[in-house]
Amino acid sequence: MKTVRAMVLVSSDPQSLLNGAEQVYQQLQSEIAAFGLEDEVSLKMVGDIGRHDAVPMVIIYPEAVIYGPVKPEDVHHLVEEHLYKGRVAAELQAPVRELSGRIAWLSARKGTLPAEKRVVLRRAGIIDPTSIEEYIIHDGYSALGTVLGEMQPSQVIDVVKKSGLRGRGGAGFPTGTKWGFVAGTKSEKKYVVCNADESEPGTFKDRLILEGDPHSILEAMAIAGYSVGADEGFIYVRGEYTLAQERLHHAITQAEEMGFLGENIFGTGFNFKIHIHSGAGAYICGEETALIESIEGKPGLPRSRPPFPTTHGLWGKPTLVNNVETLANVPPIIQYGPEWYGTLGTPSSPGTKVYTIMGHVNKTGVIEVPMGITLREVIAIYAGGMKPGSSFKLAQTGGSSGSVIPASLQDTPMDFDAYSRAGVSLGSGALLICDEDTCVVDLGRVLINFFRNESCGKCSPCRIGTQRSYEIMESIANGNAKLEDLQTLINLADSMNEVSNCGLGQTAGTPIRDILKYFRAEVEAHIRLHVCPTGVCEIKIPV
Amino acid sequence: MPTVKSLEDLKRIREEALQKRQVKAASGEANIVVAMGTCGIAAGAREAMKAILNLIETENIPGIIVTQTGCIGLCEREPIVQVQVGEQPKVTYGKVTPEIARRIVKEHVVEGKIIEDHVIPM
Repeated sequence: MKTVRAMVLVSSDPQSLLNGAEQVYQQLQSEIAAFGLEDEVSLKMVGDIGRHDAVPMVIIYPEAVIYGPVKPEDVHHLVEEHLYKGRVAAELQAPVRELSGRIAWLSARKGTLPAEKRVVLRRAGIIDPTSIEEYIIHDGYSALGTVLGEMQPSQVIDVVKKSGLRGRGGAGFPTGTKWGFVAGTKSEKKYVVCNADESEPGTFKDRLILEGDPHSILEAMAIAGYSVGADEGFIYVRGEYTLAQERLHHAITQAEEMGFLGENIFGTGFNFKIHIHSGAGAYICGEETALIESIEGKPGLPRSRPPFPTTHGLWGKPTLVNNVETLANVPPIIQYGPEWYGTLGTPSSPGTKVYTIMGHVNKTGVIEVPMGITLREVIAIYAGGMKPGSSFKLAQTGGSSGSVIPASLQDTPMDFDAYSRAGVSLGSGALLICDEDTCVVDLGRVLINFFRNESCGKCSPCRIGTQRSYEIMESIANGNAKLEDLQTLINLADSMNEVSNCGLGQTAGTPIRDILKYFRAEVEAHIRLHVCPTGVCEIKIPV
Repeated sequence: MPTVKSLEDLKRIREEALQKRQVKAASGEANIVVAMGTCGIAAGAREAMKAILNLIETENIPGIIVTQTGCIGLCEREPIVQVQVGEQPKVTYGKVTPEIARRIVKEHVVEGKIIEDHVIPM
């Protein structure tokens, strides 16, 4: 990745273009070249910046100064002052509005170009995952040693609570609280389960951790076991992750040989062993109670709750179920302390988040950044912008069950609370970025088809609701739907959300509801005009 | 493998492992690390790895350690190969075909010339 010291963004929504954004961009290009700054400064056209009162706008990072309206003749002065001499050209700044939402966020982070910060992935791609020695060189198992040697179980739980760590599987439940529930339940036998059944389409963050740094999960599970009073753990790995399973098996053997797992760990009398359980390709088994059923050897059908797994889990015993990424956060929290962890991310969601980026962007892959980065920053900085000739239309966060994020929410800080306030969810960390050639009806149909196939059929709202939603989406795509059908879709989504037994049904309607909220006109065009605005759906006009 | 019974044991093992590594680096040995996550393997990391191992064997080149690692997150640029000769800085190559892999061994490791066209600036 080319490192630049400043990033210049020019707004290019229709109104900006009308007011000469294109000329401003060209002028910027030639002025930056004239000052010989082209190697240090990157220049990009971005879509709708989300503010239209002073367009075209130019935003310069890392100071996050917003200029506007910028005319081509202002550009020389702007480049000379800001980029060459390093002073803010105050007279060109956009009028200060009451700072709210995204703009407030941009200003609050003045001077901090969000940089990648690797906590969970700090060893992935650096160490040899098959060598326990390399793991030890990189401070491996020292957190476990500290916990066993110097801390009481309740102290460990307090540290995790204090860090503010929240579950990274999608729901964002406070991890320390969950540990506390399991620890507080009296039982002879307890279990720790690591949910590595990562089947949300487009999410592959856990695979990266399991393949690149398997020992960190073993260490975290042993710490969790000590804290909640469990002596046995299961890692439920999805069947397709053969390499991850292989490396985990290898890691467990090594850890047992060196005494990090097994009996009398670190000479403290603490015993902990870990088994690997392979999934067999069912999406529903990522749901914690279905996962528990599956480990017990039964069909993967979710249980009714309450009672929750924290009191009645695996074989009826109190069970702690945590996602891979959540667990991977634990050793560094122990090692560097909860205060350090709190310096990362946002107050309500501390720490980092691993995102998998895919779609119509220049660079796909995995990043780990502090919580609270915005989608626009992810696309502009880490994804290398949209593919040439395309512009941002929507993103889907968190795989199939996640939310559809329209351009207007691009500057919402990505953390659990800010997203839930905006009415969307962060999910598991998959970021599917779509350009304007994506048809929302087609997208919605593909997504609901996925749920239709993956619904386990135990409860009727989900079983029937996903099927019926799919039929309606199909008829919209074919141009046979009626306007009333849209209300039916919303009713279905709401009913599924309210009365389904588990998370699958509860979230199945989310993307469709979001699509109808943000892209209703496009959906209605299919119905009223029998036209697919993007030309994806083949609609035969009825005679 | 020794059994670890205390934090002191762990520290000692860590020190020993570190020392072993430093001795290797100081002796000017080259370290070739192939990223072998699922994404890397799918993109052809195994072929690149084989090409490297074959060349080392057929040409009988001494002092090279070939190891693997997981995915670094740059799935777009896989297969990725990192090369560190002695104590020189680490160089990362992207989109390494078997042909480029052989060139890396011949030109970079043996002759000390970095193949600039295929380097990922980190």
